[in-house]
Amino acid sequence: MNARERQSAPAAQFGQRAAAAVADAHLRKSFRGAMDFLIARRAAQFPDAGALERQRALAEQIRQYSLARLPDLLEQLERKLTENGIRVHWAEDAGEANAIIVGIARRHAAKRVVKGKSMVSEEVGLNHALEAAGIEALESDMGEYIVQLDGEKPSHIIMPAIHKTKEQIARLFAEKVPGARYTESVDELIGIGRAVLREKFMRAEIGLSGVNFAVAETGTLCLVENEGNGRMCTTVPEVHIAITGIEKVVEKLEHVPPLFGLLTRSATGQATTTYLNLISGPRKPGEKDGRNAELDGPKEVHLVLVDNGRTQAYADRQLRATLQCIRCGACMNHCPVYTRIGGHAYGTTYPGPIGEIVSPHLIGLAATHALPTASTLCGACGEVCPVKIPIPDLLIRLRGEAQHDARPGHAPLVGQGAARSALMDFVWAGWAALYTRPALYRAFAWLATRFRALTPPVQPGWTASRTPLKPAARTLREQLLERGERN
Amino acid sequence: MSCDTNRHYPEKPPAVYLFGTCLIDLFCPEAGMDTVRLLEREGIAVHFPAGQTCCGQPAYTSGFPDQARAVARSQLGLFPGPWPVVVPSGSCAGMMRHHYPKLFAGDPAQLAAAEALAERVFELSEFLLHVAKIQLQDSGRPATVALHTSCSARREMGTHRHARALLDQLPDVKLVTQEHEPECCGFGGTFSLKHPAISSAMAGDKIGALKESGAEAFVSADCGCMLNLNHTLQKRGDPFRGRHLATFLWQRTASVDEIDEIGKKTGEAP
Repeated sequence: MNARERQSAPAAQFGQRAAAAVADAHLRKSFRGAMDFLIARRAAQFPDAGALERQRALAEQIRQYSLARLPDLLEQLERKLTENGIRVHWAEDAGEANAIIVGIARRHAAKRVVKGKSMVSEEVGLNHALEAAGIEALESDMGEYIVQLDGEKPSHIIMPAIHKTKEQIARLFAEKVPGARYTESVDELIGIGRAVLREKFMRAEIGLSGVNFAVAETGTLCLVENEGNGRMCTTVPEVHIAITGIEKVVEKLEHVPPLFGLLTRSATGQATTTYLNLISGPRKPGEKDGRNAELDGPKEVHLVLVDNGRTQAYADRQLRATLQCIRCGACMNHCPVYTRIGGHAYGTTYPGPIGEIVSPHLIGLAATHALPTASTLCGACGEVCPVKIPIPDLLIRLRGEAQHDARPGHAPLVGQGAARSALMDFVWAGWAALYTRPALYRAFAWLATRFRALTPPVQPGWTASRTPLKPAARTLREQLLERGERN
Repeated sequence: MSCDTNRHYPEKPPAVYLFGTCLIDLFCPEAGMDTVRLLEREGIAVHFPAGQTCCGQPAYTSGFPDQARAVARSQLGLFPGPWPVVVPSGSCAGMMRHHYPKLFAGDPAQLAAAEALAERVFELSEFLLHVAKIQLQDSGRPATVALHTSCSARREMGTHRHARALLDQLPDVKLVTQEHEPECCGFGGTFSLKHPAISSAMAGDKIGALKESGAEAFVSADCGCMLNLNHTLQKRGDPFRGRHLATFLWQRTASVDEIDEIGKKTGEAP
């Protein structure tokens, strides 16, 4: 399986893709280096463990509070945005989201959409939908631009092209960007990309962006970015369309700074980003001539609020915590599995631990049930999560939902029980029968130790890289009995 | 996960229960025996309830909560006395201390028992350090070792701190820190069987880091990690090995008489 195949295979073939990725020494080295760098950058931002814990607790409370009031806050957000002149659209799924955006583009007879970084637009497959409608979609985030140019998908939610080396990008630009000469200088490469993008910003009729936080009380869309392309996308074209998930709403503007501070430091180890855009409406009539003139800004601003499976997580008391996520990517940076296999192996828009817990809601357990198993439950993700999502607990829960019917009083998840296997049911029933019957267990242990020479030399999964597990000559309990130990 | 950083520790008790764990019982009994030896030398009687089998963690983490609950329930009543329950495995201790209350959250009758048990569960190194207040007398030759702590031991029981403090009591043991010290070794219970390629890549990286640290061996308070790494090493024909913390501490601090008394070891860890 080559790198390209690894990206396009469905999530269900996770095992094969992961094995192929692990065998790719270059990929492993490059992800290890990049993740080490990000881990160190984050750690440098949080020198005081006590302070970090207080900030995480506050951020968790803000997110939990926001989710507890989600329906009300979304209504308030819609009201306020409408008052501010921003048009609000609701999309139940990916198809609706794309139809809304294509509809807006058609209304403006737009030929070009220039995009700031938006994972939700990746999630709904917007670029394909636009292209199918004859509209060019150009990614303007440098990392997204690179992966788009190479026909790839992002391998990380914050750093989409983290899997690519400087040399690969140099070759890509020389090949695909008209007039670009081969250079391995990062500054020159950025310059090449920037020249292309400037031109596109000027000509695009529509700018598209994501949203990091939507403030209900003020009707403000907050957009966090470093490259300035987000500001370009949201101010230069005549129409700005923002797209985001329904969970991104917070009640008050004062809820943003604690989340923003943790987001940037957890994500890239920056105390702050270069840009924090607060978008509160389109250019108002006459504003250009007034004393406090806004010299630019779109004539029209739209917000597309996407559900796409989020209400399934919302409806469950435990799984709701999934929606606390502020998409910093720290969980994947710290995940030993992600570090070994990279983002493409997951086969989903969101890779790593957050992808393992969110993807089952977005595309169902039938396609994703292997993902929650792709964790040793080491807990590194939960430890660094700035909003304290108990990721390991949610992984365990989803492993269960994939293998059983819904519990009484719980609505079935999409793809509920998709990984159910009669063999596993039998194995665990047998396991429980053995370990709930001490006499039976002792008989089993007696036999296992006495006949240890007969231990199978091939133990599926285990002996590929290890010698067989072989019982000791005598169990601990027997050795203690021999010593005269009794309860 | 909730590591106890401010746990209140009881006075040193006259007796404890030993929860031996299923892996130690069948695969690493020597670690259990050395646990008993360390505790008894501190004047603590060790009771080993005969009905014990497994904490239930394998089914719990594999998404079979009903089976995990059945096994866990069969363990709840095995420790009727007031004594602490010592577990020579951070992940099993973490299961009993932090996950039992979650497992029985919907069963009020069992929940009280689960919470009461959770209160009395101590990982071995934690117990030796904070409850038994052990003072180790090093009698071993100078040695350089690295400590590998299992992930749940670290994040749920703080074992990396406790084990380090115990090793620091041994003047002739030089403790070195491997690269990516907190990172998982790739065991993860059934993860090692479900995702062998990823698991073995992680084990390989861990072994590389441990060996590059300059350590002549590694020490771990968890049998799972030890089996994963030692069996990988054996498959590679590499003589580098890890030992259970209990065994390491016992062997370095036992007098010649004590070792004679024990006689020939029966353990055959790879």
